[in-house]
Amino acid sequence: MENQFPITKWVDENGNVTGEDYKEMVTEELARTFYQHMIRIRTFDKKGISLQRQGRIGTYAPYEGQEASQVGSALALETEDWMFPSYRDHGAAMTFGHSLKNILLFWNGRNEGCIPPEGKNIFPPGIPIATQLPHAVGAAFAEKWKGTKNAAIVYFGDGATSEGDFHEGLNMSSVFEAPVVFFNQNNRYAISVPMEKQMKTKTIAQKALAYDIPGIRIDGNDVFAVYFETLKAMDRARAGEGPTLIEAVTWRYGAHTTADDPTKYRDQMESERKREETDPVLRVERLLKNNGWFDEAWAERMQKQAAEEVDAAVAEMESFPPADPADIFDHVFAEPNWQLQQQKQEYFQAKKGVPVWNQQQQ
Amino acid sequence: MESTTAVKKKTMTLVQAITDGMRTMLAEDENVLVLGEDVGKNGGVFRATDHLQEEFGEDRVMDTPLSEAGFIGAAIGMAVNGLRPVAEIQFLGFIYPAYEQIMTHASRLRSRTMGHFTVPMVIRAPYGAGVRAPEIHSDSTEAIFTHMPGLKVVCPSSPVDAKGLLIAAIEDPDPVLYLEPMRCYRSSREEVPEGKYTVEIGKANKLQEGNDVSVITWGAMVPVASQAVKEMEAKGVSCELIDLRTLYPIDRDTIAASVQKTGRTVIVHEAHGTGGVGNDVLAIVNDTSFLYQKAPVERVTGFDSPVPFFGFEDEYLPTPARVKHAIEKVIKF
Ligand SMILES: Cc1ncc(C[n+]2csc(CCOP(=O)(O)OP(=O)(O)O)c2C)c(N)n1
Ligand SMILES: [Mg+2]
Repeated sequence: MENQFPITKWVDENGNVTGEDYKEMVTEELARTFYQHMIRIRTFDKKGISLQRQGRIGTYAPYEGQEASQVGSALALETEDWMFPSYRDHGAAMTFGHSLKNILLFWNGRNEGCIPPEGKNIFPPGIPIATQLPHAVGAAFAEKWKGTKNAAIVYFGDGATSEGDFHEGLNMSSVFEAPVVFFNQNNRYAISVPMEKQMKTKTIAQKALAYDIPGIRIDGNDVFAVYFETLKAMDRARAGEGPTLIEAVTWRYGAHTTADDPTKYRDQMESERKREETDPVLRVERLLKNNGWFDEAWAERMQKQAAEEVDAAVAEMESFPPADPADIFDHVFAEPNWQLQQQKQEYFQAKKGVPVWNQQQQ
Repeated sequence: MESTTAVKKKTMTLVQAITDGMRTMLAEDENVLVLGEDVGKNGGVFRATDHLQEEFGEDRVMDTPLSEAGFIGAAIGMAVNGLRPVAEIQFLGFIYPAYEQIMTHASRLRSRTMGHFTVPMVIRAPYGAGVRAPEIHSDSTEAIFTHMPGLKVVCPSSPVDAKGLLIAAIEDPDPVLYLEPMRCYRSSREEVPEGKYTVEIGKANKLQEGNDVSVITWGAMVPVASQAVKEMEAKGVSCELIDLRTLYPIDRDTIAASVQKTGRTVIVHEAHGTGGVGNDVLAIVNDTSFLYQKAPVERVTGFDSPVPFFGFEDEYLPTPARVKHAIEKVIKF
């Protein structure tokens, strides 16, 4: 089965374009755009980890190593498309236009982090594994129903394919012919559980066969393959040709989250080797250099710009007003019920030092 | 502590006592097996199964695919077929894919078959807020499980109870949901007997004797209520503190005896008030001891909102101050 689903690669580890057909599409402009975006989200990710270490945000889920998958796929979207990220996909979300400040607020335990910028259809991160897949199918279906050309993309991991929601989502999308792309980042671990223990299939793409939808397998560290293959899948969706399952084979370098210790279950030297051999950012850098497109000063400028943007977002996050407890009560329903009204009143009275027991019995 | 052959003791945290309980039963009964996400090499995300796979092998301590409906459903099949599965749900907030398996099958297979098929399984799940976990990791939804007859629900608050209740749950002929207060995992230590002993399911624990008010709570709210009680004692209010330990079936007799003595009742839990287990406690007070009550029963609970993001989870959780207010309210009524 594995050889029915070969890994598509446009640019190899050494930064060489793999086929004549691709040469024309692998342009300097695209390479620079991808490079810039990947530097940007990597800078953010490193900052996320260090903020957590310093106690300035809560538990954080890093994506370092998966930048090509996230940037390539997000850049293949049109402005009005829908994005359904998981907790590890804020790199994709910010590439699609999410606010860095809000993403930081999310990791700092604030609801504001779930709110996308005006006009951006970005769902809050999927926390319970695979639950976002059926949502994406529904949102995509609604676009089709309304007669638009918009489509949806949904992100999830290798472990997520074991949940019922994955299978139910794929089947529904197939039956509804929904304009949705299932973008799987197969980083080969679900926390500590390696892919071999998660499933017997050697690929995730092959699971598409069961639902009679196209399943493709790409090098998730090759941003060109990711971008162009996602673009194709989104185009198919827009053209009314239904859903696609994309398996982007990648790797997370670090811990599952900052609360995880990967040395418990794997040799982290493997990550160190991959940093040298298959790194998505390094690959584009090599491509740029191979073609004489690399400009040291420009690259430094990109780094600096990214650092400044991220630092500014951190400052915004840190000067953001503290959480207003009224928000606990005010957003449960369109109209708060009597329980919430009473609890809110009692809460604020107690805060003001007026003990609850002084009140009239309700 | 009900039965014990153990004498030697060892200082442990609550999570270590849970590990020790599993280790004891894995050694004792070859049909016991532990399964769940990341329970093997990783030892569980909270290290509750640390080293157990090394000690007992992959056939006894199994990593499962990321599939709660799958492995809880499979555990039902295992239990029906002679094994004693102890399944770990990573966080209570992630149990819902398995909800159908628990509610429709684990809890009522015995009834459906008039005792022909039974489900002696344990589901362990860390629960509760207050550890700055990301959203949805902090639920305390015990009440949606106590509502279903056929499923027992226990919730220890101390290392000794944690081990004894876990062993009792593993030996119980019926399915038991075993809730672990995350916030108490490592917050204190105590001497825990080595070897096998049980704490009876269905029995509350009177942590402190008192005459003026009964404070009834469980799990992660025990230390909170305990703090309030300590402060009220200093003001001359004599408090009786009861740790329910089992949420289904509730220890009616201990509650009745206490509230008949004190005539005042304060119930503390972190779950939402509406539909909370506190209401069952209140019903017991009403059914057994209405005429003894000198004041309306007070409940100190989480609000009727989703558990907030950790940016303000401390505002949501009952605090010693809120518990003290409630005690003063019933005293001054
Ligand atoms: C329903 C559910 N069960 C368990 C968890 C705990 N959990 C969080 S991430 C994770 C592993 C997910 O692995 P994968 O799908 O491969 O995504 P990755 O983290 O590698 O991006 C688990 C088990 C959860 N969030 N939701
Ligand atoms: Mg994974």
